[in-house]
Amino acid sequence: MDALFPRAGISMVHILERLGHRVICPEEIACCGQPPFNSGYFAEARSMAGPVLEALKTAEAVVIGSGSCGAMVKKFYPELFAGTPQAALAEQIASKTWEFSDFLVNKLGVTELGAHFPARVTFHDGCHGLRELGIKASPRALLRQVRGLELIEMKEAATCCGFGGTFAAKFPAISTAMGEVKCSSALETGAEYIVSNDSSCLMHVQGLLSRQGQSLKTLHLAEVLAQQ
Amino acid sequence: MSTNATQFQAAAEKVTGDLRQRQFIRTALGNYEIARDLRKASFQSWESARQTAATTKWQAINHLDTHLEALVAKLEARGTKVHWASNGVQAREIILAIVRDKKARSIIKSKAMTSEEIHLNDALEKAGFDVVESDLGEFIVQLRGEAPYHIVFPSMHLTRGQIRELFQKELGSTSSDSPEELTMVARQVMRHKYITADIGFTGGNFAIAETGMISITENEGNARLTAALPKTMVTLLGIEKVLPKLSDLALFLPMLATAGAGQALTCYNTMYGGPRQPGEVDGPEEWHVILLDNHRTELLADAEQRDALHCIRCGACLNVCPIFRNVGGHTYGTTYSGPVGSVITPHLRGLQDWKHLSSASSLCGACTEACPVKIDLHHHLLQNRRNAATEKPAFFERLGYRLLAFIANDRVLWLVAKKIGRLTQPLQHFVKGTALDPARAWTKTRDLPPLAPVSFKEWWRNRS
Repeated sequence: MDALFPRAGISMVHILERLGHRVICPEEIACCGQPPFNSGYFAEARSMAGPVLEALKTAEAVVIGSGSCGAMVKKFYPELFAGTPQAALAEQIASKTWEFSDFLVNKLGVTELGAHFPARVTFHDGCHGLRELGIKASPRALLRQVRGLELIEMKEAATCCGFGGTFAAKFPAISTAMGEVKCSSALETGAEYIVSNDSSCLMHVQGLLSRQGQSLKTLHLAEVLAQQ
Repeated sequence: MSTNATQFQAAAEKVTGDLRQRQFIRTALGNYEIARDLRKASFQSWESARQTAATTKWQAINHLDTHLEALVAKLEARGTKVHWASNGVQAREIILAIVRDKKARSIIKSKAMTSEEIHLNDALEKAGFDVVESDLGEFIVQLRGEAPYHIVFPSMHLTRGQIRELFQKELGSTSSDSPEELTMVARQVMRHKYITADIGFTGGNFAIAETGMISITENEGNARLTAALPKTMVTLLGIEKVLPKLSDLALFLPMLATAGAGQALTCYNTMYGGPRQPGEVDGPEEWHVILLDNHRTELLADAEQRDALHCIRCGACLNVCPIFRNVGGHTYGTTYSGPVGSVITPHLRGLQDWKHLSSASSLCGACTEACPVKIDLHHHLLQNRRNAATEKPAFFERLGYRLLAFIANDRVLWLVAKKIGRLTQPLQHFVKGTALDPARAWTKTRDLPPLAPVSFKEWWRNRS
């Protein structure tokens, strides 16, 4: 989100500030450590995640614009740090961590953000947000309040896009095949945008769509919600 | 990379390139999903049914020793001969000894994945015996000399046309592709085999400790004939098949049918309690039950993944798995394919040789969501990855992650890395997708996103 999709992060900052919150972004950290964690390299994952825990210590709430990174911090940090000196801190951070749409809807109780985005949109459920964190209704509740936006559900909304982190590079043929299923399902809806709360899924889907020469575009949920 | 991993990659590439097969599997499993959801809706609460099933299996597996003792005592009390097999070799030897002792020539089998697990057909054929599969799907793949494609639907990858051609070639049958006529062709062959077979071989879906019964579920009636007609019946099942009580079947039979095939109840569910008793007019004169361990007790010793022994082999996790749907069953090269196969095969056949299956997953969790007995499948894949990396780390992969950890959490190094990336990314355009492209695994089929001219952190710093 920092190097490739800064607009998603910037949109999140704008939305949260507009709602009256003070946003802090710790500059010394860049990754939650999910790549080594998902490959089974827990020691390396801890060396990436350790500084993250320290950097997030003082925040009142941690808001993450990705279901996948959100699941890493909220669900897997306690497991990763179990039995280490940082175990209690990991539990504490996990308990105050929210995925962005979940935070808006279930913590702040906000769905109306005054957004205006006249377009046909289909929503992709990132697997980690959906199945690790149980987030399905929140992004849709937010999208329904966007003026001019038409939400068209695709048949394979909850099917994995095939990204899966290092899986996409280790098993490119399978990953691509899965992505193709996702893209054709999204194309069937006639939507102009695939929206999701996970930039990594969108990177994969966009990568395939661009290569296929499709005009269907991907957009992070926060970018849609920030449109006035 | 192990040979198994290389074979898996090659097979996956072949099948993912076969759009016809992928579409065929997707359509079949899409229809399954519709039927399954209809049946799920007839449960008062599918979620609480799953919880009850998981708890029942948890109790069964955690007291496996006492349940097995009770089961065996009841079975033996009615004259069943029970054998214990520690591994596949032992199981094959036990079965061959029975076959030889009975001076049998011909064996008819109903569907049993455990027999695939121990490669029984191969062993019997090599020893000169005639073996015929009586489940239609299994009969078809046996004629083709193939392993089952799916643990529940063995020949789901074949079209009617392919089956017609196979029957024409192997059985000299007619040129019809009507399912009814094709079934009649197979039936004619089989009816004769049922009557002449000396031994009927079956698997088992559940073993009831309370009553000493083996429950067999099937749609074709072939298992009933297999068990009823030959003089000797042989049943092979894994030790994890135990359920404590007969009444547990009231949940497990509809659950297996719903999760496995989208049926309210499978057509035939039969409980076998023993061989022919004095005064009875039918049934086998002798019944041998072989209880197979084959590394299951090692999985039992693994507190983290013990719940994998809950598996009732319904195939629900295969059906919903986006990897299975795109690579098909044969790609795995294992007896048990799909998510549950990827979880248990490293335990059954060696972690380092089969760890690639645990990596070949996006960890999407569709399997865990579908599992009727709530096995934590996708997290077990992650644990297998951890165990494999801890036991034998891949040098360059670990080095890569150490470098990433070093760079990502240092503000200046991260900034420098982004700047270098921005400078070099345009060059990547010239080699995109070629052998020279360092990102080829990605760029062969997908575009890479451009690095943003101003990163989030740069924006943040400029702003404050």
